[in-house]
Amino acid sequence: MKIELHKNLKDLLSLAEYIRDIKGEEFAKIGEIYLQLKKVYENFYDHQEEEIIAIIQEGKKQLEEILIKADQTLTPYEIVKIVRHPQRFTLLDILENVYDSYMELGGDGELNIDPAMVCAKAMLIRRVGDDFYVHQVMVIGHEKGAGEEYRRGGSATPWGNEKALRYMKMAETEGIPIHFFIFTPGAYPIEDYPGAAQQIARNLYHMAKLSIPMISFISEGGSGGAEAIGLADLRLMAEKGYYSVISPEGAAAIVAKLKDTRPPRELVEKMARALKLTAKDNLELGVIDRIIPEPPLGARKNSYEFFKRLKIELIKATDEVILKTRGFKTLTKHALAKQVTDNFSYYVDWELSEDEREILIELRYEKYRKMTQWAVIMPRGLSYTLKEKGENLLRIVGNEIKYRVLKSGQKTVKRLIDNILSESSLLLKPVSDPVKSVYNLIVGKKVRPKLPGMAEEETVFFPSPLGLEDRTVTCPQAEKFGCPDLWIPDLYGEFCGVCPYCGYHFFLDYQWYLQNLFDPGTLKFFDEEIVSTNPLNFEGHSEKLKQDRIRTGLNSAFLSFTAKIGGISVVCGMLVADFRQGTVGAAEGEKIIRAIQLAKISRRPFIMIIHSTGGIRIQEGTVGVVQMPRCTMAVRDYVDAGGLYLVIYDNNSYAGPVASFLGSAPYQFALKSTRLGFAGPRVIHETTGQPPPPDYHSAENALRRGHIQGIWDRRELRKKLFHALLTMGGKNLYYR
Amino acid sequence: MKINFQEINLLLQKFRANPYKIFPVLTPHTGYLREFKVKEGDEVLGPSGKWLEKPGTPLFVLERERNLKLIRAQTSGIVQNLKVDLLQKFVEANELILEIKHPLSQEEIIGEILLSALYVIYAEETARFIFTPEIAQRLEKYGLRKAEVWGGEDLLIMTFMKREHFLKLHQEGRFIIYQVYFKPFELVSKGSPLVALCPKEDLPILERIVERIKEEWPV
Repeated sequence: MKIELHKNLKDLLSLAEYIRDIKGEEFAKIGEIYLQLKKVYENFYDHQEEEIIAIIQEGKKQLEEILIKADQTLTPYEIVKIVRHPQRFTLLDILENVYDSYMELGGDGELNIDPAMVCAKAMLIRRVGDDFYVHQVMVIGHEKGAGEEYRRGGSATPWGNEKALRYMKMAETEGIPIHFFIFTPGAYPIEDYPGAAQQIARNLYHMAKLSIPMISFISEGGSGGAEAIGLADLRLMAEKGYYSVISPEGAAAIVAKLKDTRPPRELVEKMARALKLTAKDNLELGVIDRIIPEPPLGARKNSYEFFKRLKIELIKATDEVILKTRGFKTLTKHALAKQVTDNFSYYVDWELSEDEREILIELRYEKYRKMTQWAVIMPRGLSYTLKEKGENLLRIVGNEIKYRVLKSGQKTVKRLIDNILSESSLLLKPVSDPVKSVYNLIVGKKVRPKLPGMAEEETVFFPSPLGLEDRTVTCPQAEKFGCPDLWIPDLYGEFCGVCPYCGYHFFLDYQWYLQNLFDPGTLKFFDEEIVSTNPLNFEGHSEKLKQDRIRTGLNSAFLSFTAKIGGISVVCGMLVADFRQGTVGAAEGEKIIRAIQLAKISRRPFIMIIHSTGGIRIQEGTVGVVQMPRCTMAVRDYVDAGGLYLVIYDNNSYAGPVASFLGSAPYQFALKSTRLGFAGPRVIHETTGQPPPPDYHSAENALRRGHIQGIWDRRELRKKLFHALLTMGGKNLYYR
Repeated sequence: MKINFQEINLLLQKFRANPYKIFPVLTPHTGYLREFKVKEGDEVLGPSGKWLEKPGTPLFVLERERNLKLIRAQTSGIVQNLKVDLLQKFVEANELILEIKHPLSQEEIIGEILLSALYVIYAEETARFIFTPEIAQRLEKYGLRKAEVWGGEDLLIMTFMKREHFLKLHQEGRFIIYQVYFKPFELVSKGSPLVALCPKEDLPILERIVERIKEEWPV
């Protein structure tokens, strides 16, 4: 009896401790209650049994009241604290309590490729009346580990994310659904192969076309780390979970422009509110599909009722995704909507046919294509839509006739003629050779056809506006290489912003690239009327957007245009540093998708030039984050259709964009001045406890790690691009 | 080989009389000396950080062709002999603008003494180095400043791309391995010190000298 009382008292004490940690000592005198309970617990055997029963009953009553009161006054930052609390449930608790059986794959505990990423094959039993049906699922998720240091709080390493991808592919082979559980403050920001950003990009790229149902459940969704296993057909979120582009502390440090000091508590709380990171906010923003209710102040390791509910919701969610791919299942769909208990009134087979798999992917594309479109100002209306659709239809029809009907017919005829000629030439060779020799002697030898090349042109570089100063500058590497000072008009004109002595690349404005890379007069911008907005009403952001619009004359950080390089027609995109440091929000995401779609229907190579990008725009919160899966899906669709996608990095290329639509490109090149990576030095220092070396993100190191395919010199960029189009595209330049 | 204690005494006297090293700061090129960022007697710091990524204290601004160049301290110390009269004037290249009086630390003095007194073996080429198995065993058994080596013995193995080369100790007599400057299998650049050896009979005197330096120049 006394042992049970001891256990009950311990539970009560841990509940008091939990409330105190979340709400603070002052809240409803919880600090005092906790100390009283602790005193009784420490001197447990000095008290009589009746006395302890009374204390437990009284404490329970008190704490229940406080719990409800505390839940009603929860702030977004307190939700963040709930999610980070060691008493919060973790993935292993879900595996134990939600699934009927499971086996961990790719490691166990500390003996693991990455203990922060848990993969398991699990079984879910569905009860339908007196019958039991077993479903197999692949469970992939982050394990925070409730204080286990080696789990790094659920921050998955690049090889952890690679492990996740491996088991995703295995699930696809076996045709079983995947349940993702997101419990991460963010990915572990190290660049070692396969690379934090590049691996997330690879995961997104593959997840876009995984032909099995995927359900994700978010408890702690920290930006890119969450997206690595977050692209799902249905996204569930815990009521007391958070899903955000950045931690409130990180956002506060950026807003207050702090480098080495901690941001003030008030600012952190303000940021938690401004980022709209709660489940309710995210549902309103349209980036999640459903909220799973939790007990007051969040579910903990012993919240068994919550686990029971979660099991029902996971089965229902998987059913829903599968039923959407099937036609006449109205009654089952109705039953699904009404289902609240674990005794199901219907059964759904989770195995998909080939057709259903195709429909599933189509539905996934539709879902993500529509996501966050509300957050963009773009021309709408019937006449605009008709015009746009008409133009696209004409392009599609034109290109189908040109490339599929005419070109393929031409190809077949050519192949036939080539075959006949080669056969006949072998037969006639003994006769024709002497005749040919005599002919060559008289007429002269036939010149072999040349490879297509860029017309010999005199290299005249259009100077950058930065070069309108009559003074010299010192090369930052002058001490090392002894470079003499450089006269600015020379540097930004003839030298293309490159030190002619050591090859150091100075920063150049984006206009330089537009003027010098493409054939003069071939640039045609489109989608310029799509405008960046402030979807979260982030304080002060609208004014900053307005200032940038006036200063740069741009409506967003992304320029989309068609152009020609050495006569080759291309569709291009460019993220420019001048507009909000080249960050990507809903408008940029929409423009990127539309540009890729244009490249797809016009069968042109797509070149993405990154003048600079600082990542996802934090002021747009998760509206910005979902641009990662959205744009990567567009890239996947384009590459699968046969397109040639090239990415050229320059200056700062960091975070979300690199971890999605840039990192997933088959061909990536960087200029010498590139700093390429996932997280900046401050975040790396904070997370790993070690400051990264100054050249950690350099292009040379990115090449060494295998993240890019080559490093280019800016002075040769036009020629290199032309050469790349010919060699990478070859005869498949306008589609394979 | 014997340690030349007279030379050490002279070196010590020199350090005692003036425990500083003077670093002159010269103009890297011609130009106008526009501004001093330091005053006489100011303490300045050289580049710092794990990779020396944090630049040193700004000293003065030199202007040429409207290019304002900030010259920074390359070592830590006290500013002296500041040529205030040159301010706003044209200066030639390699002209002395100020001096940094760098106080020698205990470590630097001991390092200088050891390098001048002991028999130091330097890397003949850029390669990886390890002790021969016998010496490594002796080092493990007796430890640094106790393990002995004899003249004519194979001391080190120089290894690079599977090519191994034994390095002999060419000095006569018995030596104590006093200091090891390299880590096994780490690349050592050509000319860097590898091992400092002390003649066995001179070890007690040398240790007394080091102790005295430690007392005289607290950390």
